[in-house]
Amino acid sequence: MPMIEIHNVNKWYGDFHVLKNINETVEKGEVLVICGPSGSGKSTLVRCVNRLEEIDQGEILIEGKNIHAKDQDINQLRAEIGIVFQQFNLYPHLTVLRNITLAPMKVKKIPRDEAEATALALLERVGIGNQAHKYPVELSGGQQQRVAIARALAMKPKIMLFDEPTSALDPEMINEVLNVMKDLAREGMTMLCVTHEMGFAREVADRVIFMDHGEILERGTPEHFFTSPQHERTKAFLKEIL
Amino acid sequence: MNYTFNWALIFAGEYGRWFVDGLAVTLELSGISILFALLLGTLLTVLRLSRVRPLVWFSAAYVEFFRNTPLMVQIFFWYFGSDPILPDFFKKWLYQQNIEFATAVIALSTYTAAFIAEELRSGILSIPKTQLEASRATGLTFIQAMRYVILPQAFRIIIPPLISQFLNLIKNSSLAMTIGVMELTYMARQVEAHTFHGFEAFTVSTLIYLSLSLLVSFIINQYNKHFLHIGSRR
Repeated sequence: MPMIEIHNVNKWYGDFHVLKNINETVEKGEVLVICGPSGSGKSTLVRCVNRLEEIDQGEILIEGKNIHAKDQDINQLRAEIGIVFQQFNLYPHLTVLRNITLAPMKVKKIPRDEAEATALALLERVGIGNQAHKYPVELSGGQQQRVAIARALAMKPKIMLFDEPTSALDPEMINEVLNVMKDLAREGMTMLCVTHEMGFAREVADRVIFMDHGEILERGTPEHFFTSPQHERTKAFLKEIL
Repeated sequence: MNYTFNWALIFAGEYGRWFVDGLAVTLELSGISILFALLLGTLLTVLRLSRVRPLVWFSAAYVEFFRNTPLMVQIFFWYFGSDPILPDFFKKWLYQQNIEFATAVIALSTYTAAFIAEELRSGILSIPKTQLEASRATGLTFIQAMRYVILPQAFRIIIPPLISQFLNLIKNSSLAMTIGVMELTYMARQVEAHTFHGFEAFTVSTLIYLSLSLLVSFIINQYNKHFLHIGSRR
């Protein structure tokens, strides 16, 4: 069974047709990179997968479960899908450690000792094990984004969504975040990444899709995508960013 | 004018003791009322921000009703007028209490809750929506996200207006004397009645209120400064 199935999804913001008949399937362990110009609907699509946005038509299945079904516990579903935002969105009033342990302790009822041990191990893994007791504001952007990744991983998700995770970072901090994402991809995490980091796409993506005006215009392997794109708008876009 | 100031008289015999007793009642009345006002105000805010229409309307109506009628009238209503509408079990419980004191607590906390709810609502609305989004995305329920993420940040922002609500409540507690609660103003009135030295009696009570208010705002500000120092510097 595929990890994520998106069937005939349509979504409107008022009169604006933001997602047009989207169909896509993501297998377990697959890394899908979504790119496209701003306003193309790529962030909206990713945010629909954990129901931060509602869809108007179609359905989205996670391991066969319809996330919009009435009897689907959305909180339980979200606990299995991590998301990393462009602006980090860490909790400013909590230490790095508490940022990470909050959801495991409150949603999964994991005891504090265990949650803290997991959090510290995750911080170690993203390379900032010594920052656990600081507040988010005391960290650099790149470090904050790595905390955000650790916070999402603490729930042991089956899927990780990345919504332009490096777009708000200073150039010298982009790689420290991308490296963490690459490690995750190699460990077999199912990932949906909205990103303009084409080096990342080339290196770890299994497939790349290109969206414009709410439609998927091009899909293929990174190899295909970068060397022989079919659609004119894909070519124009690649020329812009490469 | 042949008024002779006599400050010693004010503290002579029982009188000094009366001030202390009055202050104790004022502190107890204000403390308990602040606690209830905070709880009720928070509840009203959560109702107001829920997306359930009747709850939103109830909360909005509550706030407008209690903010826009005089506290004095509310106190009299609770004390003289509420009997026919109170449920029996509550009445039974109420009559076992110090009825004047309990009434004052009800009036002060229901009244102040309306103001706290408004402050808190503006505090919550000033927290970026992405905070709620980030917490819901990890699987926290709406209530949990409020409890652990939104409210702690909102409360920190509204500390200054909250202090003035606390101080208002302490000052408003003097109205409880009208239904016979033996708080500070009531006792000052007693001293005046016994000594005929109104100037001294009310000067002393004024100074006590003043020091109490300054002390409360000092303590909360210190507490807040400490928090701001370690926490959300943005």
